[in-house]
Amino acid sequence: MISLQHYLTLSAILFALSIAGIFVNRRNLILLLMCIELMLLAVNFNFIAFSRYLGDETGQVFVFFILTVAAAEAAIGLAILVVLFRNRRSINVQELDTMKG
Amino acid sequence: MFHAILFYLFAAVLVGAALGVIFSRNPVHGVMFLVLAFFQSAVLWLLIEAEFLAIVLVLVYVGAVMVLFLFVVMMLDINVEEVSGAFTRYLPLGVLIAVLMVTELIQIIWFRSAGELTGAGFAATPEGYSNTKALGSVLYTEHVYSFEIAAVILLLAIVAAITLTMRKRPGLKQQDISAQVAVRAVDRIRIVKMDAEKPDAGDQS
Repeated sequence: MISLQHYLTLSAILFALSIAGIFVNRRNLILLLMCIELMLLAVNFNFIAFSRYLGDETGQVFVFFILTVAAAEAAIGLAILVVLFRNRRSINVQELDTMKG
Repeated sequence: MFHAILFYLFAAVLVGAALGVIFSRNPVHGVMFLVLAFFQSAVLWLLIEAEFLAIVLVLVYVGAVMVLFLFVVMMLDINVEEVSGAFTRYLPLGVLIAVLMVTELIQIIWFRSAGELTGAGFAATPEGYSNTKALGSVLYTEHVYSFEIAAVILLLAIVAAITLTMRKRPGLKQQDISAQVAVRAVDRIRIVKMDAEKPDAGDQS
């Protein structure tokens, strides 16, 4: 029988994969944004699994708000990306060193 | 049993799609893998009877946000590069961190939870239960202020995205609305006072 632990494990694997994606990927800013989306998906998995486990709908309301914020974040992030590409003709992460960070 | 088989099947495809997002060289393929991952998650959410959010994930996320990603990826002229040196250089670090995190989390979830979570299944919902109705009755009563703030955040995202990407090219002819509105009649017409002249009687043709 599928239990809460299965869902939590799947979410943990998804989260770790997206962390690894952020570490590994040094070429493309779009892939970083996509990894962040995957991470939010893993968080949503946790919220929904616990909401169903506890029988409380508040967790699903939280997922609703996370989806809203993620959509806003994607829109603004992609707008910044477009402006960046227009100015530098590249979205290579390793070339973004203007701030000497 | 059938439930478990479905779970493992869709979970395997989900993890495969996540790997595809990370390791795809072409960003368009990456977005497609992400769409696949979202579809699998929607099915997995349906399996634990979170129907409303599953449908919202497909309609809003795949239908709008991922299409926005696809637009941007296809609009920008990104040359698909070969695997760079940095990729293989940071690969061991990424794999190490991922394995470490998964091991720790599995430790907590399966072995250190003091038996609280073991075999904790999801209780079946009662007959005639509507997930959408239950969610709406909580969302519009207890969380109505948060709901309105979420609406404001979306408005903010619209304004921010438009102001960020709008640009003024030199030599572009534009209307200046405020100048048009602020114009006064005295600036346009000059009224000249002069005596009326008497037309010649014989000059009419």
